Amino acid sequence: MAVVSGPRPRVQPRPRPYAEPRESLLERAGVLRLDFALLAGAIGLIAFSIYTLGQATSEDIPGDPYFYVIRQSIYATVGIALMLAVARVDYSRFRELRVGIYSAMVFSICLVFVFAEATRGSRRWIELPFFTFQPSELGKVLLILVLAAVVIDRAQHESSWRKTGRILLLGGIPGALVFLQPDLGSSLVYGVVTFAVLFIAGTPWQHIAAIGGLAALAVTVVLVVAPAADKPILQPYQEDRLTSFLAPSEDAAGTSYQINQSLISVGAGGKTGRGDESTQTRDGFLPERHTDFIFAVVGERYGFMGAAFILSLYALLIWRALRIMTLSKNRYGTIIAGSIAVAFLFQVFVNVGMNIGIAPITGIPLPLMSAGGSSVIVTFLALGLLQSIHVQSQLSSGSRGTPLLR
Amino acid sequence: MSFGDGSWNKDRREPMALQRRIAILGTVALIAFGVVLFRLWYLQVLSGDRYLAEAQGNRVREVTVQAPRGDILDRDGETIVGNRTALALQVRKDELPERNAARTKVLKEVAQLTGLELEKVRKEIEEQTELLPSSPVTLQRDVPTSVVLFVRENQARFQGVSVDRVYVRQYPQGVLAAHLLGYVKEVSAEQLEEPEYAELEAGDEIGQDGVELTYDSVLRGVNGATRVPVDAAGTPTGRPTSVREPSQGNDLVLSIDSELQAAGEEGLFGRSGAFVALDVENGEVLAMGSAPTFDPSALAKPEISQATAESIFGDTQMTGTGAPAFNRAIAAGYPTGSTFKPVTALAALEADALTPTEIINDDGLYQVGTQEFRNAGDEVYGPIALREALQVSSDVFFYTLGARLEEEIEKDGDEYIQDWAMDLGLGDVTGIDVPGEALGRVPTPEWRNELFEDGDTDRPWSVGDNINLSVGQGDLLAAPLQLAVAYSALGNGGTVVTPHVGLRTEDPEGQVVQEITPPPAREVEIPDTWRGPIMDGLLSAAMEPGGTSYSVFGNFPVEIAGKTGTAETIVDGAEYDQAWYAALAPADNPKVAVVYTIEKGGFGVDTAAPAAREILEEYARNYLSVSQRQIDEAAATPTATTGTVVAE
Repeated sequence: MAVVSGPRPRVQPRPRPYAEPRESLLERAGVLRLDFALLAGAIGLIAFSIYTLGQATSEDIPGDPYFYVIRQSIYATVGIALMLAVARVDYSRFRELRVGIYSAMVFSICLVFVFAEATRGSRRWIELPFFTFQPSELGKVLLILVLAAVVIDRAQHESSWRKTGRILLLGGIPGALVFLQPDLGSSLVYGVVTFAVLFIAGTPWQHIAAIGGLAALAVTVVLVVAPAADKPILQPYQEDRLTSFLAPSEDAAGTSYQINQSLISVGAGGKTGRGDESTQTRDGFLPERHTDFIFAVVGERYGFMGAAFILSLYALLIWRALRIMTLSKNRYGTIIAGSIAVAFLFQVFVNVGMNIGIAPITGIPLPLMSAGGSSVIVTFLALGLLQSIHVQSQLSSGSRGTPLLR
Repeated sequence: MSFGDGSWNKDRREPMALQRRIAILGTVALIAFGVVLFRLWYLQVLSGDRYLAEAQGNRVREVTVQAPRGDILDRDGETIVGNRTALALQVRKDELPERNAARTKVLKEVAQLTGLELEKVRKEIEEQTELLPSSPVTLQRDVPTSVVLFVRENQARFQGVSVDRVYVRQYPQGVLAAHLLGYVKEVSAEQLEEPEYAELEAGDEIGQDGVELTYDSVLRGVNGATRVPVDAAGTPTGRPTSVREPSQGNDLVLSIDSELQAAGEEGLFGRSGAFVALDVENGEVLAMGSAPTFDPSALAKPEISQATAESIFGDTQMTGTGAPAFNRAIAAGYPTGSTFKPVTALAALEADALTPTEIINDDGLYQVGTQEFRNAGDEVYGPIALREALQVSSDVFFYTLGARLEEEIEKDGDEYIQDWAMDLGLGDVTGIDVPGEALGRVPTPEWRNELFEDGDTDRPWSVGDNINLSVGQGDLLAAPLQLAVAYSALGNGGTVVTPHVGLRTEDPEGQVVQEITPPPAREVEIPDTWRGPIMDGLLSAAMEPGGTSYSVFGNFPVEIAGKTGTAETIVDGAEYDQAWYAALAPADNPKVAVVYTIEKGGFGVDTAAPAAREILEEYARNYLSVSQRQIDEAAATPTATTGTVVAE
């Protein structure tokens, strides 16, 4: 959808005694070509995240009330810096690096199996000196870059089924590796990303129907057939989490404890929230409140107003991503932007859905809200890509200036 | 559909295709946000109040605050049963950590604190939780203060473990009156089903026997409740707020006189037997005891070991040996021996089988057909009337009456002895407010003949049965309390009282809440022309030389009407003499009836009468304004017993 720009009313600038030069520092840095609505939405979310963490987690780490606040702030700073840096890079370059990127991605995910300490039964993180790095998070963005590149590459000289199969295979390998960590949530995101690339690239409807059928079959096998045949694919806790949202009142102290507590938290928030009376959060009834269940914290503290505010910020991000998709100067950008939008939508929906009891518990963080370095930084990277696509589209439309990096 | 041809790059040529897919994405996003917002609206705006209530309930734990039971006091206000507080280490299974490792860690700490083995701790928790699922498991009572502080300061390490104050029954006078007090124990799962315990919760304590059971609803307090704000680990996060103050149960004042009771129990020390001291006018039980006895505080513990339970309860079906918890004063049935003779006398007088002055020659032997009945010790008392017969306890005299009254049975079916025995309260429960009374047995021709027809005995009723009954032998079974009621009626001129130990209830401030009124007494007509000679006979038996208990009571500062008894009882196949003494004091205007029996006690005068004297001395001092000096002087006065062989 092209932006229709009518002739703007020209206002003659009044001469001022100390007028700045026309080309400001910001302009020279390319900042003015950013999508400011997207930027505002992202910064609004991360600010709200830090604010919420500051209020809700001050007693989580004894003697260190700002533990999560400080960390989240550092991640946000690093993330925003990276976002601005990426925004200045022409994303099209990544197309050429697809083999390297893919290899690095698969390699880093494999590294987890070698180095990572199992945390709560799962190996996802690699310990770095200042930071625990979660390759599967970064993989979400890298996979988009690679698959989008591949899907354009093989544009002409291949049968369409083969091509679809190739994309599925390329997405499936890291997806399966992540699933084995085990990180069910991230592997689902990989699957969704793969599907999004195919969908936006214009995969024929028959293929989409076939993939849909396969997915349905896979879910049936994993959840129904395999347990019945006594060869479970999922860990018992994973299966319980996936299915217990369907009947949260059963076994209230057991598996569905999290769902119930989350529902109580959100519901108790009411229209305007309970503020410091948010006992669900304050007294520890709500589990994982700084990560997976931070939406419930917002729901309890700030009520429907707060929750709706966050959701509208997410809606803003997704709208801007879809808009950038249409503005992109090339198909590569279109597919990247669209896939990021889909990945965003999926993560937000599944996370919020699990907080309000309409989606299974999958361990997918809420982008920009959940505390966690990898998630925050990678989300900013993705936003940087979107900005890059925006900047490039602005540059290529030739309205002003010269390409910064070429 | 333009995408149907399978060509990948069609959208490049047809921008509309891409537009369409973007539109689809947008629509999906819109729907997703719509669903989420709709759900949020439902949760927060429409159901907000419900979830708010759940959140409030989530963080508040209502804790029952045990109300102490009322005290049990004696008639002078002295505490017999009180309460003390104990600190108990309790575990709530549902609040223990869910993860196995964390749970084991907590239990290990608990095991270390209590000195129990980990397996034992697990077992206790499993078993007690199975028994009473909703109440916390008490692992240890009387926890040392150091442990209490440790647990409270490290509550985070002891998720699901708490130290609570509990009340435990305390017995300042030791084993005194243990049988009639009963004991307190947690309400059992079966008892909770009963309507009278409907308002109780598992873990509440109720009286299980004695007056603790009879007056349970009086003594039991109303538990209070506090709300404690807690976090998810169950750790209190704020001050508890009282929802309902616990209110202590009312006190129960007994008619028991501790001093009389102690005097009575002293006489039973080391022996099996029972005693009763009964106010003949109103049926108030001044003392009632049974031996062997037990320590009620051993039963105040939450769980009683098998060994303790057996050592106290034994086999309650047995009336003979063992079974300390068995209350012989009301639940046993013994032949009463010669203490029964006044009943026979009344029966004979009513049947005109005897006149008060009629002389019967006691030649030491009474013969019916081939059966011979002799006096104890083969004594020969010669021609005697009723008064002398009672004084010396002539068996032949009463054998004669028994035989005469058997003729009445054969003639027109009038069972004078049996009717009088039953009228005076034998063969039926007395209605005392202590549970566990036995009926006893007054043998009748119908009873024996029925047994005979059923093949349960080798012979039908015969004159020998009536002759045995006339001296309190044979198939007669009576509890000491029943005999005391019968003597009371004789003493007060015909009022068959309902004995009771509960006098009144008082609130914790000592204000009377309710006077306990026993069921109205029954009246039996005993003309003075009958009662006079009988009381005379009993008086002379105790106070005049030649009387069966003159050796014990001849010097007693108050005139006593008393009757010895030596009953032949069979315990474990062997024959024993059971000693009895039944007394009314003072003889001219009886106020108290005392009955004392000692299993395997030999002659009544040797064991039961001296023991009864202890009670009567105490009674004389407390109620008849006899000074200790008078009692001491009297005890020093020798009674002329030499040469007089007294037997009955």
